[in-house]
Amino acid sequence: MAWQWFHRLGSPRWFYEKTTPWLPWLATLSIALIVTAAVWGLAFAPADFKQGNSYRIIYIHVPAAFLALAGYYIMAISGAVGLIWKMKLPFMVMKSAAPIGALLTFVSLVTGSIWGKPTWGTWWEWDARITSMLILFFLYLGMIALQQAFQHRDTADKASAVLALVGMVNIPIIYKSVDWWNTLHQPATIKFTSKSSIDPSMLYPLLTMVIGFYVFYALVLLLNTRVEILRRENRTQWVNDLISTTNKRA
Amino acid sequence: MKFQFESIADFIAMNGHGPYVWASYAITFAVLIFLLVSPLLQKKAFVKQQIKQQKLAQANNSASELTE
Repeated sequence: MAWQWFHRLGSPRWFYEKTTPWLPWLATLSIALIVTAAVWGLAFAPADFKQGNSYRIIYIHVPAAFLALAGYYIMAISGAVGLIWKMKLPFMVMKSAAPIGALLTFVSLVTGSIWGKPTWGTWWEWDARITSMLILFFLYLGMIALQQAFQHRDTADKASAVLALVGMVNIPIIYKSVDWWNTLHQPATIKFTSKSSIDPSMLYPLLTMVIGFYVFYALVLLLNTRVEILRRENRTQWVNDLISTTNKRA
Repeated sequence: MKFQFESIADFIAMNGHGPYVWASYAITFAVLIFLLVSPLLQKKAFVKQQIKQQKLAQANNSASELTE
């Protein structure tokens, strides 16, 4: 009984139908959180005593970087589940996670670069944190390329799952880079085990944005996975019926 | 909680950091909107293509019925 949900995950149809009612809730919640946090962080949070107003970039830079990393976990774990239990759905999730992760990594690199100019006086530095994030970006691009490099769906899925798992090596390097190589990038601002080095007046809008980004990520990953399900199941009866009913309604 | 700036102009300028801050937010929101819109458009295109194929299959079926 306890494992029933896990076996159901093997069914793309069950997943598709189950997640349909979630979408409007996720959309409303994520947009509300992101808009609130953006206004809060831009206009109402106090300016930083050292960096002035440029620090306001933190409210998008840190959440984007968080999700770039969390998205990699999701992608690699999905790949592992697909390889071990030979299920179709996890591979669809894995494939959908790659472009989203690539774009979020891109956002964290670009906003970091823009933030670096007024703060460090340079757009780019081969600092350990920045370099390991750039490697993460290339790993995501590699996943996208590998998905398209094979004629056979199964081969593409297995090969990219292996790449995702091998790329996991980079994740602890990114986390620890600010401690191992004390170069330019500042250490973590939010800590779960000890006191954060940020005032609550700045922390709350940041946490709001982080939660908003997580919900938004869930929404976008779901939307992409659902399209992928339709594409791969396009010859099945349930997809045909689904198309016919949407056609009649339109 | 209070508005941190003297005026709207002051808010936009952000003491000289305005271009950096606003460019970052603009790029981020452009990417977020793209992430949201792209699967919706892909689904629309998929449904459109499937409907076309269904119609084609129906036309083929009725054509073969006529020749039989």
